Amino acid sequence: MSAFRTASGGRVDRARRLRFTFDGRAWEGLAGDTLASALLANGVHLVGRSFKYHRPRGILTAGAEEPNALVTVRRDAARETPNLKATQVELYDGLVAESQNRWPSLGFDVGRVNDLLSPLFPAGFYYKTFMWPRSAWARLYEPVIRRAAGLGRAPEAPDPDRYAQRHAHCDVLVVGAGPAGIAAARAAADAGACVILCDEQSEPGGALLDGAPAQIDGLAAGDWLARAVAALAADPKVRMLARTTAFGYFPHNHLGLVERCTDHIAAPAADSVRERLWQVRAREVVLAAGAIEQPLVFPGNDRPGVMLAGAARSYLKRYGVRAGTRAVLVTATDAAYQAALDLHAAGVAIAAIADLRPAAAGVWVEAARRAGIEVLAGAAIGGTRGGRRVSGVTISGRTIACDLVLMSGGYAPSVHLFSQSRGRLTWSDSMRCFVPSQSAERERSAGACRGVYGLAAALADGAAAGLAAARACGFTGIERGYAVAGESATHQAPGATPPAVADRGKAFVDFQNDVTIRDLVLAAQEGFRSIEHVKRYTTVGMATDQGKTSNLNALGLVAARLGKPVPDVGHTTFRMPYTPVTFGALAGAARGELFDPVRTTPMHEVAVARGAVFEDVGQWKRARYFPRAGEDMHAAVARECLAVRNACGVFDASTLGKIAVVGPDAAEFLNRLYVNDFAGLGVGRCRYGVLLREDGFVYDDGVIARLAADRFHVTTTTGGAARVLAMMEDYRQTEWPGLAVWLTSTTEQWAVIAVQGPLARRVIEPLAAGIDLAPSALPHMAVAHGRIAGAPAMLFRVSFTGELGYEINVPAARGVAVWEAVCAAGRAHGITPYGTETMHVLRAEKGYIIVGQETDGTAVPDDVGLAWAIGRKKPDFVGKRSIERAGIRRAGRKQLVGLRTRDPKIVLEEGAQLADRPGIPAPMKPVGHVTSSYASAVLGHSIALAMIAGGRARIGQTLFVRVPGGDVEAKVTIPVFYDPEGARLHA
Amino acid sequence: MLLIPCPYCGERPEIEFSYSGQAHLVRPPRPAELSDEAWSEYLYVRDNPRGRHAERWRHLRGCGRFFNAIRDTTTDRIAVTYRMGEPPP
Ligand SMILES: [Zn+2]
Repeated sequence: MSAFRTASGGRVDRARRLRFTFDGRAWEGLAGDTLASALLANGVHLVGRSFKYHRPRGILTAGAEEPNALVTVRRDAARETPNLKATQVELYDGLVAESQNRWPSLGFDVGRVNDLLSPLFPAGFYYKTFMWPRSAWARLYEPVIRRAAGLGRAPEAPDPDRYAQRHAHCDVLVVGAGPAGIAAARAAADAGACVILCDEQSEPGGALLDGAPAQIDGLAAGDWLARAVAALAADPKVRMLARTTAFGYFPHNHLGLVERCTDHIAAPAADSVRERLWQVRAREVVLAAGAIEQPLVFPGNDRPGVMLAGAARSYLKRYGVRAGTRAVLVTATDAAYQAALDLHAAGVAIAAIADLRPAAAGVWVEAARRAGIEVLAGAAIGGTRGGRRVSGVTISGRTIACDLVLMSGGYAPSVHLFSQSRGRLTWSDSMRCFVPSQSAERERSAGACRGVYGLAAALADGAAAGLAAARACGFTGIERGYAVAGESATHQAPGATPPAVADRGKAFVDFQNDVTIRDLVLAAQEGFRSIEHVKRYTTVGMATDQGKTSNLNALGLVAARLGKPVPDVGHTTFRMPYTPVTFGALAGAARGELFDPVRTTPMHEVAVARGAVFEDVGQWKRARYFPRAGEDMHAAVARECLAVRNACGVFDASTLGKIAVVGPDAAEFLNRLYVNDFAGLGVGRCRYGVLLREDGFVYDDGVIARLAADRFHVTTTTGGAARVLAMMEDYRQTEWPGLAVWLTSTTEQWAVIAVQGPLARRVIEPLAAGIDLAPSALPHMAVAHGRIAGAPAMLFRVSFTGELGYEINVPAARGVAVWEAVCAAGRAHGITPYGTETMHVLRAEKGYIIVGQETDGTAVPDDVGLAWAIGRKKPDFVGKRSIERAGIRRAGRKQLVGLRTRDPKIVLEEGAQLADRPGIPAPMKPVGHVTSSYASAVLGHSIALAMIAGGRARIGQTLFVRVPGGDVEAKVTIPVFYDPEGARLHA
Repeated sequence: MLLIPCPYCGERPEIEFSYSGQAHLVRPPRPAELSDEAWSEYLYVRDNPRGRHAERWRHLRGCGRFFNAIRDTTTDRIAVTYRMGEPPP
């Protein structure tokens, strides 16, 4: 057993020794240790290098507020977790931990030179220095700063662990299982409430785990705790969650909890869940989050071996570890005396107690003196000495040798969650800290987190809060009290943050971000008045610890400097998460294939089997092209295009949005929504519909068929299906509730097989039953019902290619069979499956727009050549009034035109900008931009569509397309490149 | 995440809903009779109150119905929800 471990006591299991390594060196600890307590038990204090100055740092605290002792814990290449607090890492056999932010080693760190150069690194240094030239950021400043001032590194392999997520509801959620939280949970459950009690530590108990010298209801505090916990665990109405941090308080009592399930286990089972995210919706919340001891600010207060007094006491009483052999206590409150007395009793020499209060006196001072400890009242701290470990402290000009400095500036209530819930804080002059005042949620704070200190007071406050919470849920319970005896006076003395001390030397306020008193003084000198601005300028409180040990001191210092009361300087905002949360827990199962739903068409597997290359269109997987051996995309698309133009192609159009619009007022409804005249559309006929938003801009388009007098089949763009249905529902429910019309999404009901090309009719005719495909019976833009390849079908004669075309709609389950029947029937005619890329080329050759590609949310129908679609006689439709506004009718709006490059081989970049003349220096005001651009196989040259100011009047002119390195000459044309008369369509 | 009481389904979490802007804006029955300015006002000008705000929500991933809610924009507290066509309480 190491020299620093006590012979007995604490909550560690002395029979279970655990091996671990730190920076490659092997050590031994005990079951129940944290990494921090195990290191201290081995006399290791130097555990890290500070963020900016690379100063040696030790262990400051014993909990979640730790700013210094950040380590990386490594299980394997993929399981390497950086930035863990050694004070929270539970030891297991074989644990491998490494320090961070040092190179080449913790003992000798080259970055330490930053400390010697520190006069060059004042507050705002980064803002002032690394501003110009801007180009230096990417190549010089940022890489150097990142390397030098890094936290731990993230592992590069994918995270192999499992993360779970659960939603839970309860009457009362109690956050924190110290005495107040346990009493609250007990009271709420006794009243009949369903309770969740969570605590971030490995076991419930809070401050009681540090061995309170008191009796509760006649039992030693430790025994009472064991019984209380066992009773709660056995209560079916109570769910206890250990190792579970409530990290976020969201509106309406929705709290985020993260449960660490396996990080404390040496060899977790392969299928175990590493972390579980709980989303709890509680009717009432009791916050019992405790308080955080605050450091004192004096030169060298960051040296390894300088520790919060309460932390040293915790290491002694909970872990059986003496944090040193000879200690000096520097304090501004009574609360720290217990630590000195306990350490003294455990054999640590207390060289002196330096009490900063001029009139330090009372029972604690007397108790210390009775124990033979020298108490220096009204002491002034000059600073500490030492290198990688403190070796002495200067008190009022006198240097006292020691290897441990205990400090205490009193306690600050942990108001983080309360503040996240938008509760209002108020400044307590007597306790010199912020405490909760007005709740914004159905919430109440209890115990130390609202400044109620002491075991008896915390138990009573917790019980009252738990009962009140249960009553607020409608339960009736009776009050019960706890009989507490023998409580030391410690807890009855609230903490007190003292005023600022010396601003000589390096006195740290924020340990994690390396912010000193001088930085704060500089900020005040430079005119910063609000703490929010001081925070941003100096970075105080902006590290991942969110200033748990620095905010209050910073506030006090700035307020003193400005000569204002603390509340006038304000307080910073606490944001979630309380402590960092892994991305794994937040993502849960939503990774890889489960990140977002994948939608596939009924014929997806057929396309896969044919070797299709897919593209993502929203959540859909769409076949982009079907390459044959040796073909690249360009070759495959050229072949597919020629097949459609010269023979026949088959295309999976199932992703088109489909909406059944049904009811006596269906025609009237569509008439009001779309620009077109649908009242006059005959049964069995189709019309190309254009949908505007009320502001007149093109929103969606698609073919709409009238299947019966009261039944329309509306198609939408693939991406627009959901938003078009939502827009329709909005008008149906809220503007025209009197119309008898019903809307149903049928997108996934139908498999849609487009057969396009001059031979399309010959392919389909032998498969059709009950449908006359003769042009007179089924002309362009007509629909018929019957059977195709045995399946009940709607056969549309429509075309998005400019060729004779059909779209076969069959029930989704019949899609594969009909697709294969079509392919078999078409073999003799050279039928060729084609993908979305070919579809795009074919439609661009015809000048058919794609909403969202030619349009950008600012195009009215006339801009994209769709004015012809507008029903002239309609008095109103959605968007009509808007396109009649003067601003929309003025000349010079961008209009859809075609572009032919002078060099027919050049395929322009989509998005490229156009100018009247070449060589205009950037930034230029373009006259328009390219919206679509392809190589056209059938035409033998490239084609492009563009939106150009006053475009239709420019047809025949030459423009210049800006490309990297120059301009490309292009001629403005009509936007139809192939078969402008439309003869093929009507074949 | 807010809890929103759908007038048809009861309290449901916010992720089931979509927001649809200010409530009680009635589409003018004869837009052609409005001046450009009056039409633009209808299209674009919205209240932005600090406090009580009548607004439209849709229980998109539930019953699909639109309804109105009175929400306090400073606290996100929803005082009441009511059906389309009903006057604001
Ligand atoms: Zn609903």
